[in-house]
Amino acid sequence: MENNNVLLKLEGITKRFPGVKALSAVGLEVIAGEVHGIVGENGAGKSTLIKMLTGAHLPDSGTIWFDGHFLKDLTPRKAMQIGIACIYQELNLIPHLTVVENIFLGREIRRVSALGILNRKEMAEKATQLLLDLGLSISPQARTGSLGIGHQQMVEICRAVWSNAKMIIMDEPTSSLSEKEAEDLFRIVAQVKARGVTVLFISHRLDEIRANCDRVTVLRDGQSVAQVDMAESSVDDLIKLMVGRDIQNKYPKVRVPAGEEILSVEGLNRKGVLHDISFRLRAGEVLGFAGLVGAGRTETARAITGADPKDSGVILVQGGEVKIRSPRDSIDAGIAFLTEDRKEQGLILIQSVMFNSTMVKLEQYAKFGILGLKSIRVNTERLAEELQLRTPSVDMMVGKLSGGNQQKVVIAKWLLSKAKIFIFDEPTRGIDVGAKVEVYKLINQLVESGAGVIIICSEMDEVMGMSDRILVMHEGRITAEFTQEEATQEKIMYAASNIKADRDPAGMGAGRELVNQ
Amino acid sequence: MAEVGNAALAAARVRAGRNAAMTERIYQLGVLISLILLGGVMTLLSPRFLTVDNLMNVASQAAVSAIVSIGMFLAILTAGIDLSVGSILALSTMVMGVVCVNWGLNPYASIAVCLGTGSLLGFLNGIMLTKLRLPHPFISTLGMQKMARGIALVITAAAPISMFPAQVQFLGNNSVGRVPVSFILVGVLYGGMFLFLTRTTVGRHIYAVGGNKEASRLSGIKVNTILNLVYTISGFTAALAGLVLAGRVNAVYPLAGIDYETDAIAAVIIGGASFFGGVGTIGNTIIGVLLIAVLRNGLNLMNVDSAYQTFSIGAVIIIAVYVDVLRQRVMKGGK
Repeated sequence: MENNNVLLKLEGITKRFPGVKALSAVGLEVIAGEVHGIVGENGAGKSTLIKMLTGAHLPDSGTIWFDGHFLKDLTPRKAMQIGIACIYQELNLIPHLTVVENIFLGREIRRVSALGILNRKEMAEKATQLLLDLGLSISPQARTGSLGIGHQQMVEICRAVWSNAKMIIMDEPTSSLSEKEAEDLFRIVAQVKARGVTVLFISHRLDEIRANCDRVTVLRDGQSVAQVDMAESSVDDLIKLMVGRDIQNKYPKVRVPAGEEILSVEGLNRKGVLHDISFRLRAGEVLGFAGLVGAGRTETARAITGADPKDSGVILVQGGEVKIRSPRDSIDAGIAFLTEDRKEQGLILIQSVMFNSTMVKLEQYAKFGILGLKSIRVNTERLAEELQLRTPSVDMMVGKLSGGNQQKVVIAKWLLSKAKIFIFDEPTRGIDVGAKVEVYKLINQLVESGAGVIIICSEMDEVMGMSDRILVMHEGRITAEFTQEEATQEKIMYAASNIKADRDPAGMGAGRELVNQ
Repeated sequence: MAEVGNAALAAARVRAGRNAAMTERIYQLGVLISLILLGGVMTLLSPRFLTVDNLMNVASQAAVSAIVSIGMFLAILTAGIDLSVGSILALSTMVMGVVCVNWGLNPYASIAVCLGTGSLLGFLNGIMLTKLRLPHPFISTLGMQKMARGIALVITAAAPISMFPAQVQFLGNNSVGRVPVSFILVGVLYGGMFLFLTRTTVGRHIYAVGGNKEASRLSGIKVNTILNLVYTISGFTAALAGLVLAGRVNAVYPLAGIDYETDAIAAVIIGGASFFGGVGTIGNTIIGVLLIAVLRNGLNLMNVDSAYQTFSIGAVIIIAVYVDVLRQRVMKGGK
C-alpha cells in the first residue's frame, strides 16, 4: 500500500479540556480500504480522537485532512455529508421502526420529493438487496427493537453503507456482543471492506485487533506513540507500546503495617454482571482494583454498598456478617462509597459545602430530630481546614468549586460519617495534578488511622503507585491478584484482557495461574 | 505559569459563587419589592384598595391559598408537583360534611376525619410515585385530581352540605381580638415549616432529595420515605385549607378548590422555588401567595373581567418560570 492512497490524515492534533491535555500533537494516517485499529489504555485519548473526526469536538490545533480536503470547523452534520459515519457503543436506532425505515432514516427515497411521499417499495427492495449483499439474515420488515444487539449493530452498519460513507468508525463495537455475534460482526466488517469502505476500529480487545486490523495506531497519554503493521506485530508488541512508560515518583505512597481483616467479601454474584467475587481487605491496606472500563469494578463496589441489588454473596465487616440491602445499611456498617461521578452521584451542587459535608448521617448532629446548627458548622470548618479545602467559606455553593475541591468535599462527607472502609471509584478523575497528590495524601492518612481503602482506578500507574495489593477484573470476574512488588503493567494488562501470554515475560508468577483458571 | 492560571481560575469560581448567592438575594428582594410596587399601583388605581376592610379581605382569601401552598412548596422543592390539592381539599371536606352533618359524628372527630382523608390521599400520591414508579408526579397527581373530584361529586350527588357545628367553623370563622384565627394558623404553620425545613434532619433531607435524588440515596437518605412524606403533608395541608374554607363559608361543596393548584404553583414559583428542585424557602412562598392575592383583589376592585384575571395569572406563571430558568443559568455559571 502506498501513501498516495491515504484517505485520512491527522497532523498535530491537540485538544485541551479544563485542567487536562487530552490530546497532544496526535498524528494518524489511514489508507483507503484498510481496517485501521486504534488502541490505548483507558484515558489514552481514543474517545477524544473519535470526537474530533465526527465533529463532536473541534481540535485546538492541528489539521485533519480527509478525502482530498482539509476539514475545518467540522460539525456532526458535515462529517456525515463528507462520508464519515460513526457507530457508537450506544446504538442510534429507533426501536419502534422497521429495519428498512431505520436504514433509510433521514435519507428516505421519495416518490414525489416536494410532497415528501415515500417510495416504500423501492426502499424495501434496496434494503433487501443490501442485507443480501452483506450476507445478513435479517428481515427488512422486522421491528428493530425486537432484534438482538448484534443484529441492531449490523443495521447501523447498513445505514452507514447506504449513506455512502467512505469511512466507518466503530467505537468498541464488540463490548456488548457475544462471541458469536462478534464473529458475525467481523464477517460484515470484511464485507464492508471489500466494498472499498475504510473502517476505523477502536477496541480494548487486543486479540480482535490482531485478528482483524491491517494496521494499528497506538495512543498513550494523549499522544500517538506508534503505528504498526499488524502482519509483523503481536499482541505483546501492542501491550508494550500501550504501557511503555516509567512510573515517576508522583505517588507519595506510605506503607502501613496491615492490621486485622476489616472487610471480607465472599461469593458476590449479580446475574450477567458479577461472577463469584471474593476478596479481603485489611486495616491499613490500600487494595487496588484494576481493569478495563466495563470490567465490573464499579459494579462490584455498588453491589457491596447496596447501591445496586446483588443476587448472592456474604459481606463481613470486622469479622461479623452484615446485611446490606441499601446504601443506608452500608453506611451503618461503616463502609463509604465515593462514587466516580461526583456531580451526578456524589454532591448536591446547588447546596453549600456545609450541607454536603454533613448530609451522610445527619442525625448525629441532632437531638430529638432538632439539628445543632453550630456543631454542623464547627465540624465542617474543622475538616475543611484539615483537608485544605480552598473555599472562601463553608457556605459556598459546591457547584462553584474546582474538581479537586469538590472531591475533597466528597471525602469530607464520608470522613464525617465515621466510616472505617473507604471505596474510592476513580478518586482523581478530572482533577489537576496538584490536587491528585493531595488526594493520595488523604488516602495515606486514612490508612494510617487504621481504615481500609479500596481504590478503583483506570490509570494503570496510579493503581500500581498507590496500592499495596492489586486485583484485576475482566468481564465481571477477578482474573488476577498481585502484590505491589509483583505487579507490572504488562501483567495487569494481560489479566485485564484475559489473554494468555504467548511468551512468559519475567515473573508472570501468581497472576498467570489465575488468568488461566 | 500553570499555578497562576489555576489561581486565576479559582478566583473566578469564587466570584461566580458569590455572584450566584448575590443573584439569589437580589431575586428574593425583587419579589418583595414587586409586592410593594403592586400594592402601590393598586392603591393609586383604586381608592378602596388600601382600607382595613379590604386588606383583611385579601388576607383571609390568601389564608386558604397560603396553606395549600405549603404542600405545593414541598412538592416542587423535591422537583415534583401536586396537581391534586384542589380536589383533595374538596373531597376531604365533603367527607367531613357527610360524617359530621349527615351522620352526626363528634365535631373534633370529624375534623380528624377531614385531615386524615387529605393525608391518606396525599400518601397515595406518594405511593404512586415511589412504589408504582409512575414517571412523574405530574401524571399521578393529575389522575388523583380527577378521581378525587369525581368522588367528591358522587358522595352527595353534587349537593353541598352546610350547618356545621361551631368547632368545625372555628378555624375559618373566629377571631382572637381583631385577628382572625386563620391568620394565626398561617403564621404558626409557616413558622413551624421554616423550623422544620432548616432545623431538622428530615427537613434537610427534603432539600437533599430535591437537589439530587441519586446522591441522596447513596448518602443513605431514604428517598422514597421522604417523597411519601412530602406528598402526605401536601394532602394534609390541602385538607387543612379546606377546613378553613369550610369554616369561613359554613358549607362544603364538591366544586370547592378548583384551580387552587394553579394559584399555589404560581405562588411557589414566584416565591423563588425552582422547578428543578432543591431551591427555595418557605418564607418567600408566603410573599408569592400575597402577590397573587393582591393581583386578584386589585383586578376585582377595578372591575376587571375574571377572564382577564385568569389571563394575568397565566402570564405571571410563565414570567416566573422564565425567571427561574434564567436564574438556573446564572447559578450553573453558563451562558
